[in-house]
Amino acid sequence: MVDIPLDQVAGIPPAEVGEVELYHPRSWWTRYVFSQDAKVIAVQYSITAMSIGMVALVLSWMMRLQLGFPGTFSFIDANQYLQFITMHGMIMVIYLLTALFLGGFGNYLIPLMVGARDMVFPYVNMLSYWVYLLAVLVLAATFFVPGGPTGAGWTLYPPQAILSGTPGQDWGIVFMLASLILFIIGFTMGGLNYVVTVLQARTRGMTLMRMPLTVWGIFTATVMALLAFPALFVASVMLLLDRLLGTSFFMPTLVEMGQLSKYGGGSPILFQHLFWFFGHPEVYIVALPAFGIISDLISTHARKNIFGYRMMVWAIVAIGALSFVVWAHHMYVSGMHPYFGFFFATTTLIIAIPTAIKVYNWVLTLWRGDIHLTVPMLFALGFIVTFVNGGLTGLFLGNVVVDVPLSDTMFVVAHFHMVMGIAPIMAVFGGIYHWYPKVTGRMLNDVLGKFHFWVTFIGAYAVFFPMHYLGLLGMPRRYHDIGETSFVPASAHDLNAFMSVAALIVGFAQLVFLFNLVWSLFKGKQAGGNPWGATSLEWQTPETPPGHGNWGKELPIVYRWAYDYSVPGAARDFVPQNEPPSGVVAQGAHP
Amino acid sequence: MSAIILFMATIAAIAGWWLSQQRLAAKPWLEEGVAVDFRGERGSSVPPAKIGLGVFLAVVGSLFALLISAYSMRNTMVDWRELPLPKLLWINTGVLIISSAALQWSLLAARRSDDEDMLVGLLVGGASAVTFLAGQLVVWQQLNVAGYVVASNPANSFFYLITALHGLHLIGGLVALGRTSAKVWRGAPMVQVRLSVELCAIYWHFLLLVWLVLLGLLTGWTENFVNICRQLLT
Repeated sequence: MVDIPLDQVAGIPPAEVGEVELYHPRSWWTRYVFSQDAKVIAVQYSITAMSIGMVALVLSWMMRLQLGFPGTFSFIDANQYLQFITMHGMIMVIYLLTALFLGGFGNYLIPLMVGARDMVFPYVNMLSYWVYLLAVLVLAATFFVPGGPTGAGWTLYPPQAILSGTPGQDWGIVFMLASLILFIIGFTMGGLNYVVTVLQARTRGMTLMRMPLTVWGIFTATVMALLAFPALFVASVMLLLDRLLGTSFFMPTLVEMGQLSKYGGGSPILFQHLFWFFGHPEVYIVALPAFGIISDLISTHARKNIFGYRMMVWAIVAIGALSFVVWAHHMYVSGMHPYFGFFFATTTLIIAIPTAIKVYNWVLTLWRGDIHLTVPMLFALGFIVTFVNGGLTGLFLGNVVVDVPLSDTMFVVAHFHMVMGIAPIMAVFGGIYHWYPKVTGRMLNDVLGKFHFWVTFIGAYAVFFPMHYLGLLGMPRRYHDIGETSFVPASAHDLNAFMSVAALIVGFAQLVFLFNLVWSLFKGKQAGGNPWGATSLEWQTPETPPGHGNWGKELPIVYRWAYDYSVPGAARDFVPQNEPPSGVVAQGAHP
Repeated sequence: MSAIILFMATIAAIAGWWLSQQRLAAKPWLEEGVAVDFRGERGSSVPPAKIGLGVFLAVVGSLFALLISAYSMRNTMVDWRELPLPKLLWINTGVLIISSAALQWSLLAARRSDDEDMLVGLLVGGASAVTFLAGQLVVWQQLNVAGYVVASNPANSFFYLITALHGLHLIGGLVALGRTSAKVWRGAPMVQVRLSVELCAIYWHFLLLVWLVLLGLLTGWTENFVNICRQLLT
């Protein structure tokens, strides 16, 4: 090892930061509301995302009530059903998961995990949240506008999205598109911060290959989101113009309500290309942070270093790159050229390789580990099982010949709920149970946590496992009422009723979780600085919750990677990243 | 979608090159201590704002590449009728080039710590950018009067959409430029403003490049060029 005096190395930020360079809140308002502190912004993002997520949860109850007991509830008609599925999908995918993983976890964890005092552009970071909040409010407003929210399905496919007959054609769709445009603007502001903070604000010793996998996951997902969201932006703007100004970007010549419409010549397929150019990377924008979080949870709670760290990093990068060349596998039934479908089926199946590497590495990390079945660990295990399950059905749907008959059936709904609904939300819960002690200084209640996990895990399987079967029977998705059909037996209706009851129970379990969040804030057990015995930097802050500027006077210095668990010969079963190797203490601590 | 694929391939190449400098083959579990961190491995000494602008330009680039992709898919359909581009567009292009050149001049002045020249450059750059925007509005007016309204043909719709989005990005740049000029006006120290001027200049050059590409698209030159290349290859 070459010894270089620390202060002679260019490009390394000084360990001490003058007080003037930090953002200082001067009042209650700037401390808790218009705060530029990434930790506060993270909490704001999380609370907003979870609040609007609760709306989406209630919408899913409504859908399940209708599907399980068709005709029983007079307050759910066909139009409302379509509005419920649209808003449920849109909120869950974009306003909950994307915002929570990147805005919530990203804001809280990136600066702490790389040893920075804050994001590099705190003001822009604050703006990002407020624009996001505005987007959420515009979205929520669609419930109250004349005609209600749009019922076009979360993919908002033209022409039906803006034609009369689709609910929310007057106002709903306009608000929806405006909200998406705002969301993308807000996200871009935040995303610039996450990327540049990882690139430029890492503390001394924190090489890229020493970063925890959570940071790798969030970082790669952010890069992807920055490049993919413009596609949704362009599609939204053009669809908005079609709706408001009568242009024909996407709208073909068609007869509307018995009359030739003003539109002509446009291409709905063009919209599908743009939408899915965003839509497929979006799956991994949600999955990669989950991958990262799960890697850290498993390593910490199995007291073992992550198996194949390098492979894990390479796999994250490879998945990120590959996810941009698979978008048309969502369009197999759009009448594309067979060779085109062949190409996209091939790229889709190639993604299975890095993904499988990750799954094997998680399992091998668990292998002969000192597994502690804490609540975060339970959720991490739940994630792996669910993700494998959803990934395997992905192999079915990735093949053109298998996808064509299954397209637009409940099989597809079951697949994507497993792989990007249940699995990422498991990572979210695991992450919250894991980092809540750092955010608040108190532990979440363990009994309530275990209850939450088991009901959610078993309940989610009770909802979505039978759904695969319904899909194989040919039960279509998006239908308000299947009615009497020859191919759906009576037993399928009973199954639907069972799934609906399970969905209601799973929903109520989330209320227990919310209660736990609030109750533990006041009554939870004191956590101390590092309750899990974790190695990464966020657990080594001088204060818990981390104070202003994260690290007391000096930034931490990183001497090792983030996975030194159960090192032979070490005093404890974990060695924090900032613990100097024996012999360099004097030099490291005071450069 | 070839435009966006090409753009993404470029981004991937840049990202790949950068990653190849980051010792991704390191074995962090074997390396202890701080010494491994040195020699160009820790982030560069480029200021964060400049990196941030670079990332933002990638986002904007992706936006316009997608627009170009959409344009080239839509213009193969039967209802597409090219609209005549007003001569004023060429003058506007000239004005935008002047704007970009003025900011470059301002940047050079900033590098030799010449306060006055720098401010002049900024003001000329800003004024000509405003002139460009006004010129674009006049172009819209001319087309409107001639009956080429936004919804009458997809070619028109794309023309208005593309020029509007480009203009909006320039307006955003003008806000930054205004703040920089105000800082210079108040006599802020040179070290503080030099970076701001540089960022403005980079952004302007980028928007000029985007505009030239878009102009090539709107005039159909790009299409001819691609066709010629295709004929050469086959």
